[in-house]
Amino acid sequence: MRRLLLYIIIITTGFIFLGRLFYLQIVDESFARLSEDNAIKVVYDYPQRGYIFDRNGELLVSNQPSYDVMAIPRNVKPFDTAEFCTILKLTPEELSKKLDKAKIYSPRLPSIIVPQLTKSEYAYLQEKMRKYPGFYIQKRSLRDYQTDNGSNVLGYIAEVNNKIIDNNPYYISGDLIGKQGVEGQYEELLRGIKGVKYIQKDRFNRDIGPFKEGIFDTLPKKGKDVNISIDGMLQAYGEKLMENKRGGIVAIEPATGEILSLITAPSYDPALLMGRQRSANFTKLYYDTIAKPLYDRGLLAEYPPGSPFKTINALIALQEGVVDVHDKFSCNRGYVYGRGRKLGCHAHASPLDMIPGIAQSCNAYFANVYRRIIEKYPTPQEGVDTWAKHLNSFGLGQFLGYDLPAGRSGKIPTSEYYNKIYEYPTYKWFATATISNAIGQGEVLMTPIQLANMTATIANKGWFYTPHILKSIEGEPISDPDYTKKHFTTIDSEHFIPVIEGMHQVYKVGTASALQIPGIEIAGKTGTAENFTKINGKRTQLTDHSIFIAFAPVDNPKIAIAVFVENGYWGGRYAGRIASLMIEKYLKKTISRKDMETWVLTHSLEDEYLKPLSGEPFSINK
Amino acid sequence: MAKGTISFDWVTILIYLLLISFGWMNIYSASLGDSPSGIFDFDEIYGKQALWMILGLFMIIIILSIEAKFYMKFSSVFYIISLLSILGLFVFGKTINGATSWYGFGGVSIQPAEFAKVATTLALANYLGDIQTNIKLFSHQLKAFFIIVLPALIILPQPDAGSAMVYAAFLFPLYREGLSGIYLFLGFAGIAIFILTLVLGPLYVAIAVIIISLLSLLQKKKRRPSPLVLMGIIVGAIALSYSVDYIFQNVFEQRHRDRFNIVLGKETDAKGIGYNTNQSEIAIGSGGWIGKGWTEGTQTKGKFVPEQDTDYIFSTVGEEWGFLGTSVVVLLFIFLLLRLLFLAERQKSTFNRVYGYSLVGIIFVHFLVNIGMVTGIFPTVGIPLPFFSYGGSGLWGFTILLFIFVKLDSERLAF
Repeated sequence: MRRLLLYIIIITTGFIFLGRLFYLQIVDESFARLSEDNAIKVVYDYPQRGYIFDRNGELLVSNQPSYDVMAIPRNVKPFDTAEFCTILKLTPEELSKKLDKAKIYSPRLPSIIVPQLTKSEYAYLQEKMRKYPGFYIQKRSLRDYQTDNGSNVLGYIAEVNNKIIDNNPYYISGDLIGKQGVEGQYEELLRGIKGVKYIQKDRFNRDIGPFKEGIFDTLPKKGKDVNISIDGMLQAYGEKLMENKRGGIVAIEPATGEILSLITAPSYDPALLMGRQRSANFTKLYYDTIAKPLYDRGLLAEYPPGSPFKTINALIALQEGVVDVHDKFSCNRGYVYGRGRKLGCHAHASPLDMIPGIAQSCNAYFANVYRRIIEKYPTPQEGVDTWAKHLNSFGLGQFLGYDLPAGRSGKIPTSEYYNKIYEYPTYKWFATATISNAIGQGEVLMTPIQLANMTATIANKGWFYTPHILKSIEGEPISDPDYTKKHFTTIDSEHFIPVIEGMHQVYKVGTASALQIPGIEIAGKTGTAENFTKINGKRTQLTDHSIFIAFAPVDNPKIAIAVFVENGYWGGRYAGRIASLMIEKYLKKTISRKDMETWVLTHSLEDEYLKPLSGEPFSINK
Repeated sequence: MAKGTISFDWVTILIYLLLISFGWMNIYSASLGDSPSGIFDFDEIYGKQALWMILGLFMIIIILSIEAKFYMKFSSVFYIISLLSILGLFVFGKTINGATSWYGFGGVSIQPAEFAKVATTLALANYLGDIQTNIKLFSHQLKAFFIIVLPALIILPQPDAGSAMVYAAFLFPLYREGLSGIYLFLGFAGIAIFILTLVLGPLYVAIAVIIISLLSLLQKKKRRPSPLVLMGIIVGAIALSYSVDYIFQNVFEQRHRDRFNIVLGKETDAKGIGYNTNQSEIAIGSGGWIGKGWTEGTQTKGKFVPEQDTDYIFSTVGEEWGFLGTSVVVLLFIFLLLRLLFLAERQKSTFNRVYGYSLVGIIFVHFLVNIGMVTGIFPTVGIPLPFFSYGGSGLWGFTILLFIFVKLDSERLAF
């Protein structure tokens, strides 16, 4: 025992120490993290965010410096609070509250006391800063908007929230991130990559040089400047025309798929979502649940397409070989398809074939054409599915795949859908049950951008590029195959010729003959879509949506446009006028028909939008 | 076997060389400034230590070339010189970090307490090795204690409680040579009661002592302690417990109380008194499996751990070499201690054995208290890690202590 005791004690001590060291170094990881916290300071170097230009090189968005007043509570010494508060327009109570909050966050780390001073506030304060130990001014870069338009296209910048920080290790608290629009879609391109410096600290929290001679440090990479496909002038003009109205406009260059303008109304100044008032303004816009200014109608609103949809039914019928261009159908103020059931039509010459059918937008003609498509097949199910397949090839009923972070698929009904609502096979259904599809009412829903893309596809006689907003990066045109590969529809290009001629006749002699532009040949189609809302649970019809599609010039299309104006009544009334003015503005840069422009600018639909909210009975379509 | 055969224990020498080399690498890292200069820059701590190490090697040669008998013969002389040198500190001493433990000679400081351990070891070995000494006799025990306690009592008020505490290591050779185990038992029981009193308070300790004592009455009659002894134990234990409480509350200064409270987990104050231990644990803990690499320790570079080149040198090992490095160092110490213990046991003379046991005891107490402190198991007691911590006196003291034994061992058959 006397010999063994010391052996035992020594070996036991060895085990205890190895166990303790194993616990400290391997098991308990809190020490490892603590070490990173107190010995290494991480400093980020934020690069300039990329500028945004329009398709013609006009600067839309640049940067401006902004100045935050920061404080490190531990270093703050007694100072002249009265003067300090006067400069910063704070009350002494607010200041002491902010300082207390900063102290709770950390006495050693900087906190923002007053964010985003103006340049003049900064200039004045800068000279006095030395009188306030513990306070300093931090420069940050904010967006500077050179345009009042396109807030829905551009998106905005906001501080990252906790969810983003958790999901993306790039961002830390206080970082800015692009949201919505181009800023959101091309965040990584525009923001660049922030540089990082690891600085070794000593126990007094002083910097004693770069960590490991800076081998882990990285330099910031500047954000890329981009040109977007938007035509700033056209965008501004469209937004002006849409004042006091609600709806969406999308214009596309058919040859490239580039989005020339993307308008939603009502809209707001992009500068509202920036600077000291950002959060207050955002809240205001966010809670406007009636006009919904943050809701991008050009991308998100799903409307029944109305009569412009007839052009596509004509194309399908030609492709399926169920009608000839010269097949005539008669119209007696409508089309009767069952006992007492009639699809009404307006007064025009009868019978008529395809070109005047499109020009006069004859409901009876297209009811016949649609029935022939569906009834070509042994069952209506097969008919509807074939019809839907053709529509899908136009990018309808599915997400288009454009490069903006908001969208809807729209709706193209299939046999599955009708089987369900008509409870097949318990009950059978026939082409006539879906007859509203003939005239773009019924179950079909499309977003304005889908409608514009459909128009561009017709202008191209059967193909389209996926619409996109990015034109070039640092002067290099985009090469992403998603936007540089043609998509062909299931319709042969020869079938487009009579349909385009019909659309041309719409302007020449048809429903839009009053909207001609001198010197420009346009093809278009009016549309008027019934729509309903629920008032106190009761389905109530509202004034029709005014819809118009057009492209021009007919033989060399430069612009394809789709216009939806909510409750604007018939197609030619608002949408047709706006489309016509925008085409002229884009192609000729000036407006020759001042009276038409004045009419649009001075007419408001606000009264129309108040009707369902008034709580009183109202009449529609007046 | 012929007299004077030279067969040094190369295992011990190899472990010694490994420890001082690795120790120097860590001192280098811990004391590295902003602008590294040559390793022999004597303005820098690592340069000085390199010099001490090289001079130490010459010293080893001298120690090994002197006949072993010399150390035995002159042990009393060394002891008296040692006592005088530590007494002289009260008059001529230089104060560093609040302790008057150094003599200053120009730029060099010498800490005589480090050498006093060697002298005390020799003196105790000489006394116990005397054929006339019988450690079972109380008067002889008293004399042995006197040899041990005298230097400790002189060192204690300098104040250098750490160095004084090391003299407890001499209990190991005394026990080996036949000192009653009751001394060790009372020592451990006293420490246990001391700690329990601080954690639980004297009342609970008193209750526990009474219950345990009463339980011993349930034993067989033969093994049952006499009531008188039992009463003595109970009264003694309770008296100790209450006096510990009294001393702790009234005699100890607040800083002493703080140190114990930190380790007992009663107070955690990361910025205040617990700072050293906390920073040391962070540095060691951040090392992980293989550490951050030599001279790459962020805590070490930032000088977060105070006294990192001396008492807290082990935290540098922990941060830069990880669990791999710390376990190698711990195992090297364990192997060294076990090897020395083995060597001590094979000695034929009592002098050699007592010397060996004292050597093992002293290195062990340093190892135990230092690593215990650095890893947060023990209270903060300023005591260096042998062969590792910066300090010429410490390095030379341990080198002399160790190599006298290597020399003794090589001539063990000559006596």
